[in-house]
Amino acid sequence: MSAAPGRPQASSHRSAQHEGTPVIPNVLLSARQAGKAFVHQGQPRWACRDVSFDLYPGEVLAVVGESGSGKSTLLRLLAARLACDEGSVHYDVRTESDSQPGGLMDLAELSEARLRWLARTDWGFVEQHARDGLRMNVSGGANVGERLMALGARHYGQLRSEAVSWMQRVELDTGRIDDLPATYSGGMQQRLQIARNLVTHPRLVFMDEPTTGLDVSVQARLLDLLRELVDELQLAAVVVTHDLAVARLLAQRMLVMKDGCVVEQGLTDRVLDDPQHPYTQLLVSSVLTP
Amino acid sequence: MTALIETIALSKTFTLHGRGGLQLPVFADIDLSVRPGECLALTGHSGSGKSSLLRCLYGNYGASSGDVRIRHLGDWVSLSSAAPREVFDVRRRTLGYVSQFLRVIPRVSTLDIVADPLRRLGVGAEEARAQAAQWLKRLNLHEHLWHLPPATFSGGEQQRVNIAHGMITAPPVLLLDEPTASLDADNRRVVVELIHAARAQGSAVVGIFHDDEVREAVATRCFDVEQHRKSI
Repeated sequence: MSAAPGRPQASSHRSAQHEGTPVIPNVLLSARQAGKAFVHQGQPRWACRDVSFDLYPGEVLAVVGESGSGKSTLLRLLAARLACDEGSVHYDVRTESDSQPGGLMDLAELSEARLRWLARTDWGFVEQHARDGLRMNVSGGANVGERLMALGARHYGQLRSEAVSWMQRVELDTGRIDDLPATYSGGMQQRLQIARNLVTHPRLVFMDEPTTGLDVSVQARLLDLLRELVDELQLAAVVVTHDLAVARLLAQRMLVMKDGCVVEQGLTDRVLDDPQHPYTQLLVSSVLTP
Repeated sequence: MTALIETIALSKTFTLHGRGGLQLPVFADIDLSVRPGECLALTGHSGSGKSSLLRCLYGNYGASSGDVRIRHLGDWVSLSSAAPREVFDVRRRTLGYVSQFLRVIPRVSTLDIVADPLRRLGVGAEEARAQAAQWLKRLNLHEHLWHLPPATFSGGEQQRVNIAHGMITAPPVLLLDEPTASLDADNRRVVVELIHAARAQGSAVVGIFHDDEVREAVATRCFDVEQHRKSI
């Protein structure tokens, strides 16, 4: 199974419901023995398998592991960009009309239209390469406004002022609003991609190596921005990264993958400071700390 | 009065898989319990496992066996079996920790670092910053440093930022790992006063104090970790 040895994950949902404390929120995203196989030379090869966890609103989960460990495949399963070959992924789908939670639903049972609606309103997906997540042939401002237009916003002035306000929030020069993203630097493109995703106030954001390939100083700025936004908007997020420092800074929880399996999961600082699995120990001890 | 933090037969052994599964026993069978207003000083030689024990109490290290329980909003929460988000909630509201070293977040100012724990409890930005300023003032940190990230600060300055960050919410359970190690006499005195104040407010304090004078000033009891050292 996928739990950390010696530190059982589940149970103990008995925390305080009295004394006026908030009621335990509903699970937002739930992976249940989820797996995906690709056929390689006639044989199925599991890219990831038997992944289980529950994510709650406002929680940030980091998925770490080396390239080829299956973490990006897992992210695509969670975001319904790939279908599970085994197990399932469930999401707390709000009904379109009244924004009320509709309860956990199996993504495999949702219609294409419903999944599309989720992907452009309630979810965000930040690609490693900003070019994959942006529309390169329309202006920066139009990139931010696009999801709003897909939801029916048509008033030009409102779309523009929303775009300006989001460009400010991600620290982009609003004087560049009419420029094509190709004229932006890598760090600016990544921030534009984030603005484009957050404009519809999603509850869950998937991020695939959001800071990889950026200069270190640009990385620090982006990380700080992400940390602030996640906090402020109470976003839940699944962040795939091979950078343990990114995991420590952004995520309360982490999940360590190797060869398609989760070898350890738990509280981020516990996994990093007291790793139990041989692979996690190797991973943590291999990092250079400047 | 009931305890706010306790351990039950707590043991810690590190297994180093990179060294052929080498077992490094640290301590075994520790039962301790700390009540409101008490300050328990962990004692023992360097390397006896004091810091490891403190990290177990914070949930930063997992228990190899036994348990750590924290009184959280009127209920016992077991750090061994609580889900990560429950441990987070315990840390946010109940359990404070002043580590030996400050983990700096790039670009974030000292004032915001210290205000952050209050913000997480829902205190408004301005009020949180005002309280953070009071703490930094009390700890004699020069005002011109407040708006800088503490990355370039001296050890003693970083330690005072750390103390302010760990104590600003007046957590019911407070863990202190050598809070006065790199401080001068004046600032040591301030920290001693702050610990007294925390106790007076009913916090349960567990700490490591290398300075005998500080330990004698704040501790109500000592716990010798050496006695629980596990031999191989």
